[in-house]
Amino acid sequence: MTVRDAVAIVGVGTTEFGRLYRDRTTYRSAYSLGAQAFTAALEDAGLERDDIDGLICARLPNYTRVADMIGLRRPSYCLSIDGAGRMSAVAVQLAIGAIQSGMARAVALVYGNNGRSAGASYGGEGGGGPTAHYDTAYGMTSPGAYVAMMYQRYRELYSVPDLALAPLAINNRTHAMRNENAVMRAPLTVEDYANSRFIAEPLRLFDYCLINDGGVAMILTSTDIAAKLDRPMVTVRSTASSGDLTNFYTSDDFFQESCESVASRVFSAAGMTTKDVDCLQIYDNFTPTILFSLEGFGYCAPGTAWEWVRDGRIGLGGEIPVNTSGGHTSESYMQGWALHVEAVRQLRGEAGARQVPDCEVVQYICAAPITASHLLVRA
Amino acid sequence: MPERELDPEYLAGAAAGKLRLQRCAKCARCRFPASPLCPSCLSWDFNWIDASGRGELLSWIRMHKQYFSQLDREVPYNVAMVRLEEGPMMISAIDGDDTQLACGTPLSVVFRPVNGVPLPWFRVASTAGSATDGQ
Repeated sequence: MTVRDAVAIVGVGTTEFGRLYRDRTTYRSAYSLGAQAFTAALEDAGLERDDIDGLICARLPNYTRVADMIGLRRPSYCLSIDGAGRMSAVAVQLAIGAIQSGMARAVALVYGNNGRSAGASYGGEGGGGPTAHYDTAYGMTSPGAYVAMMYQRYRELYSVPDLALAPLAINNRTHAMRNENAVMRAPLTVEDYANSRFIAEPLRLFDYCLINDGGVAMILTSTDIAAKLDRPMVTVRSTASSGDLTNFYTSDDFFQESCESVASRVFSAAGMTTKDVDCLQIYDNFTPTILFSLEGFGYCAPGTAWEWVRDGRIGLGGEIPVNTSGGHTSESYMQGWALHVEAVRQLRGEAGARQVPDCEVVQYICAAPITASHLLVRA
Repeated sequence: MPERELDPEYLAGAAAGKLRLQRCAKCARCRFPASPLCPSCLSWDFNWIDASGRGELLSWIRMHKQYFSQLDREVPYNVAMVRLEEGPMMISAIDGDDTQLACGTPLSVVFRPVNGVPLPWFRVASTAGSATDGQ
């Protein structure tokens, strides 16, 4: 049984990422941020709290606390998952499963991230899995460094020139400048990019996702229920995932095989190809991930994405706009969640200055050790 | 500290100048890092072997951010991803000149301490009978 338009995303909520970032003195709790996004999503959906009977918490380990805060004592479906970027798509897939199996009617997905308040560095002492110490013994840590490993090999294999990633950082920033809620909205030039410091060389500061506070929530329900809400409907046409599970984040084929596996299933289940997609939301923990995603999903041939993105093709007004709200490097680092919300807003025609005209199909892609993609459509 | 968590056989090997790897007793697949069962055939029987020490540079980076306050390597320092001749990949570091590295460069293992713990590092392997001999 495929999902084909059986499940709708009816409510989305995001905190004001830019305003929160500018206030550096306030400590925020991830749970409070998630709850803010939840109430916003509820209002957006036109639903009441008591309509919700499923709860998936992400990066909020204590689902009991979340449920108690929002007054959801007895959900029929409840779990918490870790906050890693790959899990945002997985959360949507879990909600789809709960709804299609009849375990829940309306599922709230709640994500909260107080990375800036908590002083997160996403690397260093104490991070990583059971074998991380083999790597940290040499001073190797952080997902950015593991992606830098992939990019170093990629750029050598394909003779990629220096600064080839700059168009990706600039594309995100250009879009963020049209997004009043984005964190980073000052213009970014190639010179700015080139002058920025290396973090894990060859990756620079502007290749990296932000560290900021925010919450995101979504509400999913069956299309039967959604149809009664008298709002533009966004449905999931198809979704798929594949692991690339080794001891390392670094993939020796840049996630090509896992992307091809997902692409094959997500497109065939939808009866679509890349040509049917109007807008892309691509998980961009670091800029090279965008290149690997475009190649893996067949938008361009392996080794060519760095050329494919550089002449305005992925900007608003271009052939296929990517990360129209500013992505993780300029809008907000919400580990895929804000990209999901932007996909919905684009399909509803609510993207304001960022609106892709006649947007009917948006693809979300995450190329990571769990690679996943959805095709979302305006019903 | 990391050395208490790394496999004791692996650490003892490094201290003795040997790169010790597990090899499955049933299907002969080598694995790293240490693990109780074989990911290929799921056998729980294995032996430790002395690896050849030869490998290939898959990729490398230079870490500029100081993530570790207690590490005795100063930023920027290199980190390498190596494919061992026996098959497994591992994270390590390049000893010696790291300014002319290229993916695919043949490497050979050496042992150097980090924070006092001997660990496998890799040097660019010299090629016997190369055109530069005697020059």
